[in-house]
Amino acid sequence: MNSKGYLSTSVFLAPYLLLFTTFIIIPVAIAISLSFTYFNTIEFPSFIGLSNYVNIITQDNTFMQYVLPNTLIFSLIVGPGGYILAFLLAWMLAQISKGPRTVLALILYSPSMTAGVAMAVVWKIIFSGDQTGYLNNLLISMGFINEPVQFLQSPEYLMTIMIVVTLWGSMGVGFLAMLSGVLNIDREIYEAAYIDGIRNRFQEIIYITIPSMKPQMLFGAVMAVVTTFQAGAIGVELSGQNPTPQYAGQLIVNHLEDFGFIRYEMGYAAALSVLLLLFIYAFSRVAMKLFGEKD
Amino acid sequence: MASFHGTKINPDRFHKSQLKFYFILIPIAILMIIPIVYIFSHAFKPIDELFAYPPRFFVQKPTLQNFQDLASNTNATGVPMSRYLFNSIVVTLIVVFLTVLISTMAGYVFSKKNFKFKNTIFEINTIALMFVPAAVVIPRYLLIDEVGLLDTFFAHIFPLLAMPVGLFLVKQFIDQIPDELLEAARIDGANDFHIFFKIIIPLVKPAIATIAILAFQAVWNNAETSTLFVDDENLKTFAFFMSTLASDTGGNSVAGQGMAAAASLIMFVPNLIIFIFLQSKVMNTMAHSGIK
Repeated sequence: MNSKGYLSTSVFLAPYLLLFTTFIIIPVAIAISLSFTYFNTIEFPSFIGLSNYVNIITQDNTFMQYVLPNTLIFSLIVGPGGYILAFLLAWMLAQISKGPRTVLALILYSPSMTAGVAMAVVWKIIFSGDQTGYLNNLLISMGFINEPVQFLQSPEYLMTIMIVVTLWGSMGVGFLAMLSGVLNIDREIYEAAYIDGIRNRFQEIIYITIPSMKPQMLFGAVMAVVTTFQAGAIGVELSGQNPTPQYAGQLIVNHLEDFGFIRYEMGYAAALSVLLLLFIYAFSRVAMKLFGEKD
Repeated sequence: MASFHGTKINPDRFHKSQLKFYFILIPIAILMIIPIVYIFSHAFKPIDELFAYPPRFFVQKPTLQNFQDLASNTNATGVPMSRYLFNSIVVTLIVVFLTVLISTMAGYVFSKKNFKFKNTIFEINTIALMFVPAAVVIPRYLLIDEVGLLDTFFAHIFPLLAMPVGLFLVKQFIDQIPDELLEAARIDGANDFHIFFKIIIPLVKPAIATIAILAFQAVWNNAETSTLFVDDENLKTFAFFMSTLASDTGGNSVAGQGMAAAASLIMFVPNLIIFIFLQSKVMNTMAHSGIK
């Protein structure tokens, strides 16, 4: 390559690498190193080894009792749930003709366009705790309950509502990728498969559809992991407080914000964020294993 | 073909065998759209309908009062809504434009050039695709403080520009442009900049549309930057303003709820417009880029 080629390569590459390093790589590195320190944002961080991690595991009752189980339940339902739902909806949409398909796809995609903040407004009114709340009103008029339920303040319902709202908004770009994936599978592959003895739609999905759209399935899986963990703030948004009522909707993200920005224990919060990163990484490894290209 | 009774994927016209899918899809679609319809309806409700008992879903006597209230509302620090809206629009335009440019430029060299550590860097990028900002929010705060971006307009812009998923998508797309095409251009005397602007950009328009949508959604809906990195009310964005309407007034104050509804509509509509405008291109990207 001549020197001119080097020059333009550097010019094209520099902005991305610079920003990527500054705002993604370095923060991750800082998070990892801060997690070994005690840091209250005022004094210089002091090295305390693994204490933060030890404390999270042995001392932090809230974390073990509420935050970790909540995060696991939430992400195991919302992640795979949203993913399977996205695939099934995309597959069904592919079976109908173009006009209605476009309209229905737009409708299914629209919730993911709405901002978390805007959603909190709508959902808060629907689940509002007095009788002017839509759900309460509906249930009372249908005679299921006699007095309004404090949906968003009661530990019993908060997690369920968080899961419903997140699933509702989870048909994002991953869903679009899967839809176009299904649509673009060559018809001839199906024909060949039927000659080879495939009998029903279920076999068709397992043996043809999914393997033929692995790249889109992988992309969808990655987006599902990402959206699941980004939805972390929903409990705080809905209930309007951090910590959430009796920690019912407390996820790692909220716990992290609680310690970092409310109690200013940055070292501890950094250790939590490292755990969260490991968590996400583990999830996406599983996704990669399931849908990644083997070759 | 007579023996083939198999899949009816992507049918040309309606057939009654499709009815079962409509039976499942339409109820789900209705569930999905209810809150959206509600946003529209709620934003136009006059005060007595907002607090009507029993609550009404659809607006009876639509009014623009909520939008007027919102426009004339200033919060405790005296910053008018238009200021937040202006900030949001400027930030969004800059971020979308630069993100698209930066990712496409990097995508080009990652796809068509060789340099040291190319594969390693791309691998790191692929891993970074899965990291969520929430996990690194604290170090990011420290870093933004350190480089002097705290409480400036640029705090809205710089942290959002590197979009791993954007680079990932556009690189895959450029991979599909045959090298011969670029070689031919080079023989005709085109340098990298010519090739980039005259060949690459026009050919990857669908990928660009996708990144534009993703970047738009990320920045337009971002209230976090204003909350964490910016103290000056004059520099905060509409998404932030929206979140204060929702929390400060708690939906309890009479005027607050109407304004919050109107503001959520203002938040939502640009997303919808951008998506409808670019959606056919997006679908195209996903289908042909072969995201591998």
